[in-house]
Amino acid sequence: MNSVSDAIVRPPSAPAPAPSPSYLEDGHTLRSWLTTHDHKRIAILYAISITVFFFIGGLAATVIRLELATPAGDLVSHDTYNKLFTAHGVIMVWLFLIPSIPSVFGNFLIPLMIGAKDLAFPRLNLLSWYLYVAGGAIVLAALALGGVDTGWTFYAPYATMFSNSWVALTLVGVFVVGFSSILTGLNFIVTVHTLRAPGLGWFKLPLFVWAHYATAIILVLATPVLAITTLLVVAERLLQIGVFDPAHGGDPLLFQHLFWFYSHPAVYIMVLPAMGVVSEIVPCFARKRIFGYRFMAYAILGIASIGFLVWGHHMFVSGQSLAASLVFSLLSFLVAVPSAIKVFNWTATLYKGSIRFDAPMLYALGFVGLFTIGGLTGLFVASLALDVHLTDTYFVVAHFHYIMVGGSVMAYFGALHFWWPKATGRMYPELWGRIAAVLIFVGFNLTFFPQFLLGLRGMPRRYHAYPPEFHQLHMASSMGAVVLALGYLLPLVYFAYSLRATCRTSANPFGALGLEWQTRSPPPTHNFDRPPTVPEHVYDYATPTKAEPARTPAAQATSP
Amino acid sequence: MAADTDATLSSGFRLLHAAASAQASRTDALFLAMLLLCGTVAVVLLVLVTWFSLRYRRSRVVDRTPPRQMKGIEVAWTVTPLLIFFGVFGWAARDYVTMADPPADALPISVVARQWMWKLQHRNGRREINELHVPLGQPVRLLMTSQDAIHSFFVPAFRLKQDVVPGRYTGLWFTATKLGEFRLFCAEYCGTDHSQMLGRIVVMPPAEYTRWLGSGNEQPSLAQYGFALFRSLGCSGCHEPASTVHAPSLDGILGRTVHLQDGRTIVADENYVRDSILVPRKDVVAGFAPVMPSFAGQVSEEDIEALIAYLRSTGATAAGAGAPR
Repeated sequence: MNSVSDAIVRPPSAPAPAPSPSYLEDGHTLRSWLTTHDHKRIAILYAISITVFFFIGGLAATVIRLELATPAGDLVSHDTYNKLFTAHGVIMVWLFLIPSIPSVFGNFLIPLMIGAKDLAFPRLNLLSWYLYVAGGAIVLAALALGGVDTGWTFYAPYATMFSNSWVALTLVGVFVVGFSSILTGLNFIVTVHTLRAPGLGWFKLPLFVWAHYATAIILVLATPVLAITTLLVVAERLLQIGVFDPAHGGDPLLFQHLFWFYSHPAVYIMVLPAMGVVSEIVPCFARKRIFGYRFMAYAILGIASIGFLVWGHHMFVSGQSLAASLVFSLLSFLVAVPSAIKVFNWTATLYKGSIRFDAPMLYALGFVGLFTIGGLTGLFVASLALDVHLTDTYFVVAHFHYIMVGGSVMAYFGALHFWWPKATGRMYPELWGRIAAVLIFVGFNLTFFPQFLLGLRGMPRRYHAYPPEFHQLHMASSMGAVVLALGYLLPLVYFAYSLRATCRTSANPFGALGLEWQTRSPPPTHNFDRPPTVPEHVYDYATPTKAEPARTPAAQATSP
Repeated sequence: MAADTDATLSSGFRLLHAAASAQASRTDALFLAMLLLCGTVAVVLLVLVTWFSLRYRRSRVVDRTPPRQMKGIEVAWTVTPLLIFFGVFGWAARDYVTMADPPADALPISVVARQWMWKLQHRNGRREINELHVPLGQPVRLLMTSQDAIHSFFVPAFRLKQDVVPGRYTGLWFTATKLGEFRLFCAEYCGTDHSQMLGRIVVMPPAEYTRWLGSGNEQPSLAQYGFALFRSLGCSGCHEPASTVHAPSLDGILGRTVHLQDGRTIVADENYVRDSILVPRKDVVAGFAPVMPSFAGQVSEEDIEALIAYLRSTGATAAGAGAPR
C-alpha cells in the first residue's frame, strides 16, 4: 500500500513506489500461471482442476441415479453401471475430496493465516499440482480406454485376478496422485513449524491451521501405505505374484487391512479440513470467540491419532478374528468422542452470539447438521451386531455421503463463499449464494436420507438392478439428486458472473479477524504489504476494538 | 423372484423387515435403542442450534454478555458420551460374540459361492442352487467358501451377513423363527452380475423339511461321498492305523487340539483341515515328517467339504467346535 511495505517485499533498487500488484495481476500469460511458485496461484490451479473432476464424478453419479430410478437395469449395461460407480468413487475420493479443501484452501490460506510469504517449499508445491494433474490424466485415460469395474475399493482377488478392465492403469494414476498428497502434507507440516509470524504461538493458530496440520500428518503417514498397496495389486495382476489371491498363496484379507489402513484415515483427511473451515466461519458470523478453543485443538489431534487405529471396523463381516473386531469396534467408539466435542462446541459458540446468516454461515450450519447425522449413524455401524446387518448396504452409502458430501463438500462450498472475496476481490450475489446453500442442503437430504431407509431394509450397495420393493425409496433418492445437481450448478453461474469488475468489494467484507484479512483482497504476490499484527486471541470477535487489552484466560496460557 | 417373498414388506411402512431369526430380534432391539439415543441427541442439537440462531440473530436486541469459559461443561460432554459409548459397545459386542458361537447341534450346510450363484448342499447330499430350505426353530450352520472372488451371504430378514472368502472357510449360523421365503443377496461386489446373485431362504416346518430333504435325493450323503473320496484319493492309504506310512490318525480330528512341530498348538477346525489338504506343509503335526503331497488342483471345493463332513462323522467330536464364524 505504501512505500514502507514496498521496501519490505521488493529489492531496494525498485524505482516505483506504486503498490505491488495483486497475485492475480502479477503476470497474465498462461506461462506465468503454469510456472508460478505462488501458493495462491497454485491454489487457483487446484481449484480449477478439482472443479473439472468434481463435475466428471458428478456426471457419473447422475447416470447412476438415473439408472436406479427403476428397478430393472435398463439404462446402461451391468458392466457400464459397475464402471460408473467405480469412476464416481475413484474420482470423487482421490481427485476431488482428498485434495479439495487442503490443496485449494490450505494452500491459499495457511501462509496468509500464519503471516508467511509462501509455503516452505514453493517449487515442491507446484510439483504436487503437476503430479495431481498427471495422476488425474492417467485415471481419465483409463476411463477413456474402457474404464475399471472394481469399485473404488479394489478388493482382491476380484481386482487382481477376475476383473477384465483397466485396473493397473487406474491404480498407477492413484499412485501418482498419492505423491501429490504426500508432498502437500510435507509442505504444510514444515510451513506451520517454521514460518509462523513472530509471536504466533501454537495456541494462537486458527483451528483451520490446526486441522490442516493434523491432516498433513495423516497425508504423510497414511498415503505411503496406499502407494505400497496399489503397487502390490499391480504386481499381482501383471506378474501373478501371490500376495492377495489365495490361488497363488496370498491372503485377500491382507489387502483389506492395507487398503483400510489408508482409506479410513483418508476419511479424516476429508473431514478435518472441513472442520477447520467451519471453525473459522461460525465465530465470524456469530461474532463470538469459538467455544473451547483448546478442546477443539486437542479434539483435532485426537481424531487424527485415534483415526489411525480404527480401520478394521470396515471388516466386521470379512472373516477377521473375533478379537480384532472387538478391539476395532471399541476404538471406533473412542474416535467418536472428539467429533462429538466439536459439534457441541460449535453449537455452544452460537450461544449469546450476534448471528448473521450469510451464505458461508448457511453452509457451515448445514455442515454441523449433516455431519451430526453422519456421525450418529457412524455409531450404528460401529456397533458390531448392528454392522453385521448394515454393512455393505445403502445405510453405509448414506452414512459416508453424510460425512463426505454433507460434511466435507458443504464445508468446501462454505469456504468458497467465505474466502471468495479474499481470493478474487469480488463479491458474489448474496441472495443467490443463500439460495444455492438451501438447495444443496435440501437436495442432499432428499437424495441421501432415503438411502438410510433402503439400507435398513437390506438393499445391498453396488446393485445395478434391484427387487421391486426398493423402488419407491430409490425413486425418491433420484428425484432428490435432481435438486442437488441444480444446487451444485448454480454457484458455477454466479461465481463466474461475480468476476465482473462491477462486483468489486472491500478487503474484508465479512469483518473477519484472521491474519489473512489484514492484507488486501486479492493479496499481493508476497501476501502482506506490512507485517500483520498478531492478536492476543485468534477469535477475538467479542472485543469491539483491537486496542482494548486482552482479558482472556486462554491467552494467558498461550506460549509462543 | 416369488411374489410372496418378504410379503410383509409391502403391507404398510416399517423401518426394518419383520424379524425372521432369533438373532434378528436381538439386533432390532439394539437398533431401536440406538435410534432412540441418537435420535434424542440429534433432536436436542437441532433445537439448540435453531433456538440460538433465532434468539441471537443479529437484528435482535438481547443480552449478549459473554458467558464464562466453563471447563466443567466441556469435561461433562466429553465424559458422558464416552460412558454411553462403552455401554453401546458392550451390548453390540455381546450379540456379536453370540453370532460367532454356533450351538453344537446346529444343522451343517455347505455353501460354495461363485460368480454369480450360490451352491448349497445338505448333510444328506441333497444339492440346491440359489435356494436354501431350512427347518423352523432349529439352529443351522453354514460352512462357506468361494471359488473365485469374495462374495457375501446376506439375509436381511435374519439381520445376518458374512463374507464368503476364497481360500478359507467362514461360518454363519441362525435359527429361523418365521415360516416363509426370505431374500438372499450377495452383499460383496463380485463383478458383472453381482446384482443378479440372488437367492431365497425357504423356512419350513421341521416335519415338512425332513420330507423335502428325503424326496428326490439320489445323492449319497456328504459324509458317504467324503468317505469314498478319502479312499479314492489315497488319504486312507497313509492315515489309517494299519498303514505303514507314519501319518497322524484323523479319527475325530475336528475340534481336537493339535500340537504342531514348530511348537504352536491349534484347535483343528475346518480351515485347518482344508489347509492340510491343500498346503500340507503349513501346519505339520509334531512328531510327523512333512511327507504329505498337496492335493491342490485335484479336489474341488465341494470335495473338500465332503471330506470334512466325513471326518466330522468319525469319532464323537462335537460338531461346530472350533468353527469359524
